[in-house]
Amino acid sequence: MSARVLVGVKRVIDYAVKIRVKPDRTGVVTDGVKHSMNPFCEIAVEEAVKLKEKKLVKEVVAVSCGPQQVQETIRTALAMGADRGIHVEVSGKDYETLGPLQVSKILAALAKKEQADLIILGKQAIDDDCNQTGQMTAALLDWPQGTFASEVNIEADKLKVVREIDGGLETIKINLPAVVTADLRLNTPRYATLPNIMKAKKKKIANVKPADLGVDVSSRLEVLKVDEPPQRQAGVKVETVHDLVGKLKEAGRI
Amino acid sequence: LFFIYCCIERISWRLQKTKALLDHTNTLSLNLTELTDQQKEFQEVARKFAREEIVPAAPSYDKSGEYPFPLIKRAWELGLMNGHIPEDCGGMGLGIFDACLITEELAFGCTGVQTAIEANSLGQMPVIIAGNDAQKKKYLGRMTEEPLMCAYCVTEPGAGSDVAGIKTRAVKKGDEYVVNGQKMWITNGGKANWYFLLARTDPDPKCSASKAFTGFIVEADTPGVQPGRKELNMGQRCSDTRGITFEDVRIPKENVLIGEGAGFKIAMGAFDKTRPPVAAGATGLAQRALEEATKYALERKTFGKFIAEHQAVSFLLAEMAMKVELARMAYQRAAWEVDQGRRNTYYASIAKAYAGDIANQCATDAVQIFGGNGFNSEYPVEKLMRDAKIYQIYEGTAQIQRLIISREHLGKFKQ
Repeated sequence: MSARVLVGVKRVIDYAVKIRVKPDRTGVVTDGVKHSMNPFCEIAVEEAVKLKEKKLVKEVVAVSCGPQQVQETIRTALAMGADRGIHVEVSGKDYETLGPLQVSKILAALAKKEQADLIILGKQAIDDDCNQTGQMTAALLDWPQGTFASEVNIEADKLKVVREIDGGLETIKINLPAVVTADLRLNTPRYATLPNIMKAKKKKIANVKPADLGVDVSSRLEVLKVDEPPQRQAGVKVETVHDLVGKLKEAGRI
Repeated sequence: LFFIYCCIERISWRLQKTKALLDHTNTLSLNLTELTDQQKEFQEVARKFAREEIVPAAPSYDKSGEYPFPLIKRAWELGLMNGHIPEDCGGMGLGIFDACLITEELAFGCTGVQTAIEANSLGQMPVIIAGNDAQKKKYLGRMTEEPLMCAYCVTEPGAGSDVAGIKTRAVKKGDEYVVNGQKMWITNGGKANWYFLLARTDPDPKCSASKAFTGFIVEADTPGVQPGRKELNMGQRCSDTRGITFEDVRIPKENVLIGEGAGFKIAMGAFDKTRPPVAAGATGLAQRALEEATKYALERKTFGKFIAEHQAVSFLLAEMAMKVELARMAYQRAAWEVDQGRRNTYYASIAKAYAGDIANQCATDAVQIFGGNGFNSEYPVEKLMRDAKIYQIYEGTAQIQRLIISREHLGKFKQ
């Protein structure tokens, strides 16, 4: 199989960090804060590498958009088994306003340039929770999409995807090329082993600018303010159900 | 006039001291505050493995004393073991500094598990520093092909610190050596695939230590090698420690390291490379004590506030933090020195002595901060106290380290 898989990986604030809003309320504090690969992107990389190990795809290319630091994230993908990386350089104000629409335009352009047969992304990023990039990328390419995937199989030249939906599980068959977004139960990402981390240093990361791909990264959205969720108020204990009903009526809830 | 003379004296003395200090710091180009990307990635893998896989499993291994082979196998698969093995034997040829970073993280999880892993490095080190190509390929190569253990077999029931006092005899008979004797407290004694063995080859009591002993590689399944029962120790209980009896064990002459009489120097030389990781292990335990105590102090309330807000407790935590940071810097310096190709005996001993002492202090203080809960086995800190003690004993006792440091220090002074 000569298929090439493009995997998008996003560098986000580590899931274990306690997020703090900047005093000027324009965003969250990122300076000096631990960052790592978005957990759903880890699952996406793992799936791509698994497909390569099953010899169903030939090459896994990891892509990330952002400043110099995203190269760490690409290196992690390489250490997990991706063959090479592409760093799309976006920095400064452009990076602060970078969102799903611009990223999906970049991914679509790269997919055409690299002649990718499959794009695997995480279903959403844990910082913005947008859950849009996969869907937009598929639309821009006019490719079918299998989102919230908990199982992916290549059968003949079609993709069988089991999707996690509200009602349970939905199985669909889509043509390749396609876009898949990874959900939590798709797999358990492997650790990068120490020998693989050392091997990853020899793998290539190409640098590309959005302009080279004909993509305008300016944003049509303006963030007005960012606030912490409201502080949890103390509750009130009542003695009887009668009191409870009374209090709920007082609060205008029933 | 006399007053001016005194001032000049004092100023010139101060200038001399400053110059000496500047000369010293100019030679230091070790950057302790920033690790390389690769070091950070290695540390990340070790940290993740330790916190997600070792920490939850450690209490049950401590209770049962069962050898943590599944964890060791995992560590081997991730490349966290056998880092020192040279690349041409299938290893990664890591420096001591990188190995120490990994060791500290694993020790944070459980020092019993970490000691079982570290014993491999100790057993391998004589082969790495003194083995010929054939020996290295045979005995180091197999460690990278499957998760095997090895052991460093020197201590005896009657001789620990006094290595020159060991009595195990190796007599040359044709193309073999026949070994008889008794070893004790051998980590991985019952699990090793092969041992580094130190035995006396020159029976003359007047023969100096530097010529009387020989280092051997012994396959564990050689007839006559009898591991004893697993010893029940105070701490690091999942680590396998045993006595081993050697009864007419025949070792081919190909398994002699360097040559007859070279053993003592090889055995001691290994320590310069293994003491920094042992210090790193003790630091990992101290770090765990600090983190557990801090978490608890921010949850437990007394007299209307979190105990961390009472100065008695916050000062304990501050002192624990001081000790941990300094122990870390000490082992990093010792590791870096040997990686630069310099003799690091002075720094290695300082690091091991200090880290062993503060590990015990921090573990005790952690139990104190937990109060009554700390004494109880449902909480993680009593295990740390039991595990910490051995760091003042093995790999050179606290007293032996002080002997070494004073000898090195006075030696420098006399120059």
